[in-house]
Amino acid sequence: MSTSSGPAEERNWTVGLRKRVFGALPPEKLLPDSQPSYVASWIYVFGVLTLSSLAVIIGSGTILALKGPGWWHDSSLGHFFNSVHLWAVELFFFFMVIHLWAKYWMSAWRGGRARVWITGAVTFVIAIPCALTGYISQQNFDAQWISTQAKDAMNSVGIGAFFNLLNFGQIYGYHVFLMPAIVVALVVGHVLLVRRHGVVPPLPLDAELAALGSDPAAVTEEGN
Amino acid sequence: MFAAIFNLNGHASYLSWHFIQVSVPNVVVIVLALVVFVVALFARFPGGHGSKGDDR
Repeated sequence: MSTSSGPAEERNWTVGLRKRVFGALPPEKLLPDSQPSYVASWIYVFGVLTLSSLAVIIGSGTILALKGPGWWHDSSLGHFFNSVHLWAVELFFFFMVIHLWAKYWMSAWRGGRARVWITGAVTFVIAIPCALTGYISQQNFDAQWISTQAKDAMNSVGIGAFFNLLNFGQIYGYHVFLMPAIVVALVVGHVLLVRRHGVVPPLPLDAELAALGSDPAAVTEEGN
Repeated sequence: MFAAIFNLNGHASYLSWHFIQVSVPNVVVIVLALVVFVVALFARFPGGHGSKGDDR
């Protein structure tokens, strides 16, 4: 195998991927040791709080899946982890909504960050059914009631054939694997895109805009 | 602890306005989120001044 950079190496997929990855995310950009001064604000904390909640959700959910419904319904430790899982989800959405509000009002898609915004928004949308399928995975009368009521809503919009709330195995699979895998993949992509483009700067003040000739694009591109 | 303060076993109360119907617990969470959002905008962040410079 040749070590020189030639046409053969240019066609090598591994080399191409390496060049692309390190070109987009050099180590100092992937793992920065400082952030812009404007990040020192409480409003920038809710993204990482959302990530922390997701870690607790995945951890507690893994334990629940390992131990099974008999444990989470009948033992005090099982009740504890069941509650941790529920409240971590509540906090996940609470923090994520505040994070979303903050990013919406500061137009976080500025400066070439459209994909950052889109991955975050899609994560929010996918996380909703991911959480709701948890109600059906409880294995109790509450789950039975919710599934029999909610199936009509699914049927009314024409997705009941492949999203059957009365099919416990299918919905449990959605809840513990398919949807969390999508959410985690989107979150990883979202965080990597934030690393690549940097944290969005605050909106410019009117005075700054006037000084720049009222060209918001000139300000937003600074954040890259 | 909260169960001693609030009755968590009964049905939630609902607020109705025309076609909009929302439970009181949901209203409480929404209002709390708005309050946290506003506080996060204006509360001073520890070490916010004199931190590392703008490296963007």
